Amino acid sequence: MHRVFKLQDLDCANCAAKMEHSINKIEGVSSARMNFMTQKLTIDADDERFDEIMDQVVIACKKVEPDMIILR
Amino acid sequence: MNTKQKRTLVRIVVAIVLFVGVYATTELLPLNTLVSEPNTIYLEFVLFLIPYILAGYDVLWRAVRNIGHGQVFDENFLMSIATVGAFALVLFPDTDPHFAEGAAVMLFYQVGELFQDYAVDRSRKSIAEMMDIAPDYANIMKDGALVKVDPYDVAVGDEIVVQPGERIPLDGIVLEGTSQLDTAALTGESVPRHVDSGSEVISGCVNLTGVLTINVTKPFGESTVSRILELVENASEKKARTENFITRFARYYTPVVVGVALLLALVPPLLFAQSWSDWVQRGLIFLVVSCPCALVISVPLSFFGGIGGASRLGILVKGSNYLETLAHSETVVFDKTGTLTDGTFNVVAVHPEADVDPDWLLSVAAHAEAYSNHPIALSIKEAYSGTIDQKRIQQVEETGGHGVRALLDERVVLVGNDKLMSEGGISYHDCDLTGTILHVSLDGVYSGHIVIADVVKEDAAAAIADLHAAGVKKTVMLTGDRQEVAAAVAHKLGIDEFRAQLLPQDKVEEVEKLLSTTSEKGKLAFVGDGINDAPVLTRADIGIAMGAMGSDAAIEAADIVLMDDKPSNIAKAIRIARKTMSIVHQNIVFALVIKFAVLILAAVGLANMWMAVFADVGVAILAILNAMRCMNVKQFRD
Repeated sequence: MHRVFKLQDLDCANCAAKMEHSINKIEGVSSARMNFMTQKLTIDADDERFDEIMDQVVIACKKVEPDMIILR
Repeated sequence: MNTKQKRTLVRIVVAIVLFVGVYATTELLPLNTLVSEPNTIYLEFVLFLIPYILAGYDVLWRAVRNIGHGQVFDENFLMSIATVGAFALVLFPDTDPHFAEGAAVMLFYQVGELFQDYAVDRSRKSIAEMMDIAPDYANIMKDGALVKVDPYDVAVGDEIVVQPGERIPLDGIVLEGTSQLDTAALTGESVPRHVDSGSEVISGCVNLTGVLTINVTKPFGESTVSRILELVENASEKKARTENFITRFARYYTPVVVGVALLLALVPPLLFAQSWSDWVQRGLIFLVVSCPCALVISVPLSFFGGIGGASRLGILVKGSNYLETLAHSETVVFDKTGTLTDGTFNVVAVHPEADVDPDWLLSVAAHAEAYSNHPIALSIKEAYSGTIDQKRIQQVEETGGHGVRALLDERVVLVGNDKLMSEGGISYHDCDLTGTILHVSLDGVYSGHIVIADVVKEDAAAAIADLHAAGVKKTVMLTGDRQEVAAAVAHKLGIDEFRAQLLPQDKVEEVEKLLSTTSEKGKLAFVGDGINDAPVLTRADIGIAMGAMGSDAAIEAADIVLMDDKPSNIAKAIRIARKTMSIVHQNIVFALVIKFAVLILAAVGLANMWMAVFADVGVAILAILNAMRCMNVKQFRD
């Protein structure tokens, strides 16, 4: 499944790169792009496990940038 | 500035005032009159702590929180260590205290962060404004009155009304009314376009003069406006090689710099009995310089700006990677028809034999071709000003690749090429003009010929010259046309090479051959009209489709889409790409040189905290300002 999420309070470009890196490592994610300029997260991931994967994505992002919110 | 940024600004200003106050006090007032000598240093410590905490409490808090998540290389954490470290130097009895520096580093860091935030926000907004072509509403006629509805809710086949001054919300065909359309937001073209009933109009244009009633042909989601917005928005997803390089670089840069900082602070004092304060300070300077922000922000910002700016001129770039490739274009290959030429055939000359009236010649040819739909026949009929009386024509025989034989007023007419003439045993003579030559004979007697050619676009020659001026080494034209026609067009336009008489499938092969001749770094761009050349567009390093307003197939197949059908936009696109890349490179080189210079100076003990702050936030700010230049495409306008 391919989905795009808006991001709120993504303030740091380097963090975006770090988060993108760690999201791509999550099992079931085939590709993830975090766009600092458009403040968007694009994820391609397994259909059945999508919600579960998204929970992991949120946890991974919280570690790097706790202030950022993924608008789901 | 948003409220969050305003609050931060106020906080920083107050902190700066306090800082200056404290600094002045410690410099001017002999503190030892207040407290006894060994304790003055602690008083100073406390005084500087006030502006420091005020300016940086959020950084300190985030540092604590993120270190809990194991984020050792978090910039908040590193900045906190560096500044806390500067304060902590008070513990070493042999040092000058560095309170002022510690507080100032935090202050500058915050100023820099705020500015970065603001600048990125602003460029985001101005690009969004540039792309402000989305219509807010559509007018629908309901019970005799106009009702404003969301463009999303308008269905195909609905009739919408667009008043002067309004933006056309959906693609469609004009049913009623005449007007001028401002297409600048889509094509960059400043001359308004005339439309009347029957004209196709696309969403995003502004209706200037008259009321238009439009029959909607596409739902909003598929209309030109939606497609363009989606395309430009998603363009920065496709990252350029430089961008990926910088992200990878950043991943190693911070850990390495922090590692070296640790070594610097510990090894010399422990192993070689050097002064702790001196070497710890060198380590702290490393920490301040350890954030790669300048690079990580400015590179995507440059691409984003370049793509946004280009879209302003009607040049849609589908990804940062394509902008990067375009900047390296060395060979530009054109499909002739529809790209360099209008793609429509026109009668360019009528050469009757002596004693033959040119209008009569044209009339004979137009009658003979009356039933034909061949583009050449159409062009003759268009050039003929009179009306065609079909009763005069009988027994029409069309032979593909030869021409037409018919009876006109009971007389035998042959209209066709030299093969048809030879077959009929008619002596004809050639023409020195290039194009398709249509010979005409009446009852076996040669009457003359008509020359038909595809007309070269007005700005084609200038476009080729401009490409060469922009640094393109080779221009090539591919065409299915005859050798002589191709040679004439190529010569007229100043194109370096041409390949004629190609079948559509040959074009891919030719492009492959040309690809093998480009240099290692040089790229090949193919320009087509997007019709029938999708395979070639995909095969080339960069596929450019032009005249793509409303053509879905072209937008799909190409990497770069020119909304207009002007070939001169290709050179503009290349120049924008080159400018963007040169700004990207300037920023990378500038940031790396300054950072490494300060790191080296710090390692040998020649740098201070102030230099470190400059290498961190100063460089980031300058790089961002430089990157923002990418958005400015005024210089490329006509």
